[in-house]
Amino acid sequence: MNHVADFPLWMAWFVAAFLIIGAGLTLIGSFGLYRLRSFYDRIHAPTLGTSWGTAAIVLASIIYFSVLQSRPVFHEILIGIFVTITTPVTFMLLGRAALYRDRSEKNPEVPAMDSPKSILDELKLMDKPESVYLESGERE
Amino acid sequence: MSQLFPYPLLIIFLIIMWLLLTSFSLGQIIVGTVIALVAAQGMAALQPAKPRLKRWDLLLKLIGIVLYDIARSNIAVTRIILQGNKRKRKSGFMTIPLNLRDPIGLTILAVIITSTPGTAWLGYNFAQGTLLLHVFDLVDEAVWLDLIKNRYEYFLLEIFE
Repeated sequence: MNHVADFPLWMAWFVAAFLIIGAGLTLIGSFGLYRLRSFYDRIHAPTLGTSWGTAAIVLASIIYFSVLQSRPVFHEILIGIFVTITTPVTFMLLGRAALYRDRSEKNPEVPAMDSPKSILDELKLMDKPESVYLESGERE
Repeated sequence: MSQLFPYPLLIIFLIIMWLLLTSFSLGQIIVGTVIALVAAQGMAALQPAKPRLKRWDLLLKLIGIVLYDIARSNIAVTRIILQGNKRKRKSGFMTIPLNLRDPIGLTILAVIITSTPGTAWLGYNFAQGTLLLHVFDLVDEAVWLDLIKNRYEYFLLEIFE
């Protein structure tokens, strides 16, 4: 089965439905990015496109090409995996950059910087005094 | 043996990935295996912490739960965006204390929280073990605290610690 004309109609409905859901979610996400006011609200909107927006289009593609080539086609799953793994990097980078900027501008709407006490605690955690003593043999 | 195959799962996934991207033939399997072995050596040179998975069955269950939650929050966020300013909505920051310390568990939690529309991971304080989140629809803080602590962190603690 290699011709589009042979494509079963009920399958075509499935594919079309998934494509419309995926494209629609991505469009709504982009619209939200344009409409919402604060930066932190805006980073939520595009995740519509990177979650089920991508997933639905990937599913539609898997169904369409699996039926058309009469064999299972799975390499679209890689797109889904890579999108899922890489988007948090970008989103966290953007979010943290905005937070850093707002904190240095002393914007009252964002939570304050961690207290200096916590940084001391962090150094203490990294030191691990017990293990150092044991390794140098002073305790034994 | 473990010198030559430092990350068996990674090697298998890379070979599968190579075959999906090209075609199933003997030549591609050989090329894919060579690439996977070289990549695993590169990974070993970075010396990352080895993940210790304890409960495979729970990992699959967690994936199912997360896919369902993502679908649900997609609908919720879509509704809020389409309603525009008609409805009163409060978004805000919240801090959540975590018991999870495993770096890979935290990475998975970050992927879950960022992939779910409506929650964004903004920071993690290693010393205090607290997570800073931004929530799009912060009606009730207790609901979100319950979701992160009892739904995701519970599973990740079971799987990794």
